[in-house]
Amino acid sequence: MSGAYTPGLRVTARTRHQVRRLLPIPGEVLIKVGDRVEARQVVAHTFMPGDITPLNLAKQLSMPPADVPECMLKKEGERVEPGEVLARTKGIFGRFRTEYKVAVAGTIESISSVTGQVIIRGAELPVQVLAYLAGRAIEIAPREGCVIESDVSFVQGIFGIGGEAFGQIRLACEAHDQDLTGARITPDMKDCIVVGGARVSHEALERARGVGAAAIVSGGIDDQDLERFLGYALGVAITGSERVGLTVVVTEGFGQIAMAERTFTLMASRQGADAAVNGTTQIRAGVMRPEVVIPWSRAEAVDEHGPGTTRGGLEIGAPVRVIRDPYFGAIGTVTGLPPEPQVLPSGSRARVLQVTLTTGDGAIIPRANVELIEG
Amino acid sequence: MTPADPTNIRVILATDCGSTTTKAILIELVDGVYRQTHRGEAPTTVEAPFADVTLGVINAVTEVQELAGRRLVSGEGRILRPATATEGCDIYISTSSAGGGLQMMVAGVVREMTAESAKRAALGAGAIVMDVIASNDRRRPHEQIQRIRELRPDIMLISGGVDGGTTTHVVQIAELIAPAKPKPRFGSEYTLPIVYAGNRDAAPLVRNVIKEGFALTVVDNLRPVLERENLGPARDAIHDLFLEHVMAHAPGYDKLMMWTDAPIVPTPAAVGDILQTIASRQGINVVGVDIGGATTDVFSVFDSTFNRTVSANLGMSYSIANVCAEAGMANVLRWVPFDMDERELRNRVKNKMIRPTTIPQTLEALVFEQAVAREALRLAYAQHKEFATTLRGVQQQRTVGDTFSQDASGRTIVDSMKLGLLVASGGVLSHAPRMHQTAMMLVDAFEPEGFTTLAKDSIFMMPHLGVLAQVHPQASLEVFDRDCLIHLGACIAPRGAGKAGRPCFRFSIRTGDREESGEMLYGDLRLVPLGERETAIVIIDPERGFDCGGGPGKRVEREVRGGTVGMILDARGRPLVVPTARDASREMVERWGAALGLYPELAPLLTRHS
Repeated sequence: MSGAYTPGLRVTARTRHQVRRLLPIPGEVLIKVGDRVEARQVVAHTFMPGDITPLNLAKQLSMPPADVPECMLKKEGERVEPGEVLARTKGIFGRFRTEYKVAVAGTIESISSVTGQVIIRGAELPVQVLAYLAGRAIEIAPREGCVIESDVSFVQGIFGIGGEAFGQIRLACEAHDQDLTGARITPDMKDCIVVGGARVSHEALERARGVGAAAIVSGGIDDQDLERFLGYALGVAITGSERVGLTVVVTEGFGQIAMAERTFTLMASRQGADAAVNGTTQIRAGVMRPEVVIPWSRAEAVDEHGPGTTRGGLEIGAPVRVIRDPYFGAIGTVTGLPPEPQVLPSGSRARVLQVTLTTGDGAIIPRANVELIEG
Repeated sequence: MTPADPTNIRVILATDCGSTTTKAILIELVDGVYRQTHRGEAPTTVEAPFADVTLGVINAVTEVQELAGRRLVSGEGRILRPATATEGCDIYISTSSAGGGLQMMVAGVVREMTAESAKRAALGAGAIVMDVIASNDRRRPHEQIQRIRELRPDIMLISGGVDGGTTTHVVQIAELIAPAKPKPRFGSEYTLPIVYAGNRDAAPLVRNVIKEGFALTVVDNLRPVLERENLGPARDAIHDLFLEHVMAHAPGYDKLMMWTDAPIVPTPAAVGDILQTIASRQGINVVGVDIGGATTDVFSVFDSTFNRTVSANLGMSYSIANVCAEAGMANVLRWVPFDMDERELRNRVKNKMIRPTTIPQTLEALVFEQAVAREALRLAYAQHKEFATTLRGVQQQRTVGDTFSQDASGRTIVDSMKLGLLVASGGVLSHAPRMHQTAMMLVDAFEPEGFTTLAKDSIFMMPHLGVLAQVHPQASLEVFDRDCLIHLGACIAPRGAGKAGRPCFRFSIRTGDREESGEMLYGDLRLVPLGERETAIVIIDPERGFDCGGGPGKRVEREVRGGTVGMILDARGRPLVVPTARDASREMVERWGAALGLYPELAPLLTRHS
């Protein structure tokens, strides 16, 4: 377990990136291998079984469950429309009959003589999968989905909320350590992916939502501001399904923290480019981090690829970021890797590393509390 | 899968495939006694790019192999058997909680009766219960159906009705589940297994409803009569389905299942097995806790009844923010003897949540994490007590003599006064820099009453030993006693409340070479040294209104076993009251910490903070 340090988040100017786009249940794939697709293009679709409405007719018509099937005016598999008479009791000598009119549309799925329950299935629900990444289809899984590939700039965040969104990259701050305040959000940022520097304020989030921005990407966020924006406290880091009108990606963490300079510079260099962003975060087995994916256009795409996914180990000279207090957010270079565990100020024994921070100060930090800066 | 003759077993290899780490231990016969000799660990490899659990197993075993100087893995990457003088093992066993463990959904007719019994069966089988559907769960049928559709369980368990009772309600539940077509977690080709353990008369009707797209297994009713639960058959069926369906679809498990000499067991089920074995062998009541990053499991055996709960979002990393939200920051901070900025603290908590593998570097960070742990444990234990009850819905037959002791059905069976052994495991408890901190986290959160032995699982070995108990009980028990548990000591705490500074109890302690006696005042805490291999005869004379197990004001004499911490005399009263007002709690917690020597390096910090 000597490699038990946190791998760094990926930030790369150019890499060949693939996304797998799958339907939740089998359906139809609308593209073929080699097709070029746009981010918002539907590449596969299917229909989910419709919603179910259970009706207890035995109770509604005050009759034994066993009598329900013969009182039904519709059979299993038949369609019903709102207001239609679904069942009618036999009454007494054919008189005093009671009827049950259905309130929903759908198809009768089952009629139970044991419980007197009738199940009505509503219309099928369409499900569409978008390409998300503008690029080329390189693999098709019949009835399931496809794999899209493209040359992209790729920025992985540490935490996000909200699902997939699309828009042009638009800088709102001039420097990586500048806070993203409400005053920096302007109406012409509508439908854009707005890039800030350090901490994004609650006011900025609200204004971005107000002007109709697609997403915000910034260095840090205060937990209090996030709670106000969401309207509830986040208990566990499983996000992506929020419907708050704005996708938010934080690249460094919670609190007053600047975006890594390299990340900001990369975003600035892609200003105006079309991008896709996904705030979905899942920090459990099968970890998912939020991301910003900025495809290069075909004309810009060349065969060269940056180091992208190359990952070195934790070695002397490696650039690292500290991810826990008391040095949270500090950046430095590894100067020593003592093999033996050392006693920390907390009293715990742990393997540590020696770092020279960008301020010039030296520090000793548990290996578990740094991440590699990768590119 | 044919285990060797127990009398010829000398070398045992066991692995536990967790969500993130696969742990391997080696047990060997040393001087006629089974001892755990070496351990190794490696990252679990169920996910891409490896997608084969056996890779992680082999890596962990290879580490053991290197440490032990015994070849355990063949050139083809298989575990070598049988053992010779220099290589191989006689038995190989494994547990698993990889991929998030076994996730189940349960359904019953009445929430407090059959649905609760079903939940108990699922939890006892080692599952995480995602939701409980019941006819009276206050959700409307379409809401229940929506919920069933959203969740992706590994297995479903349906119960309902006593044998010979009405069939309508349980069939109605089945009628909701069938059209909802719940999707299993593993791929669209996988058929969702459903266990039916309800009214046996309804079984053919349920079969009729649940047909296509499900693998239905019918077992004996888990609540054949209101007065009795019969959880065994449902639990066994869950274990079988776990192996046949869930494990078989997890990457590499088909191979792993061929390697092991006993069926692979879900990790929590194995912990439950070993605790039940210990409770029964020693004739005591036991509580075990395993606090992880995401969840906290509490196990208890009281009067031979086993219960397990999983508090799904009470944990120390992934779920740390949820602990703070559920407990309230004021309750967390009452355990911290210095001031902290709340805004900064909230950000710190969230940063731990999103970077769960980080560790506290400063003493302040450690104190805060241990404060969170106290609250996580307290909440998890409260949930456990609420769940571990006598059967609800059972009519009580009363006589005139019962007039003044009207025990209601559904009361908790967890009685802290009857608790004999409290076992801790999980990162924050196991890796605390000082054992005193572990002991006090347990005492503050569980509030044991009377005489209670405190211990911790040295390297989370209980799962391995739970499976081993099935194939070699003697080896399992020997290792449990000698290597698994680290005895922290004992806690002696009377039940009752009093006024600060007034007498609570008198004590007299007699060990081989010394005798000590004294008085404890209400609100005080004291540590009496009593080494790991020492025992003492302790006499407690509680004041009126305080009970140490013999009744209010009654003398109690017991033999107490020591440990690495010693004997904790706790006169803070039960239930334990710690105010949330900062000034009051700061002084109190600082005083208790000093009495136990929890954070000896904290004094300069306290000066700085004040």
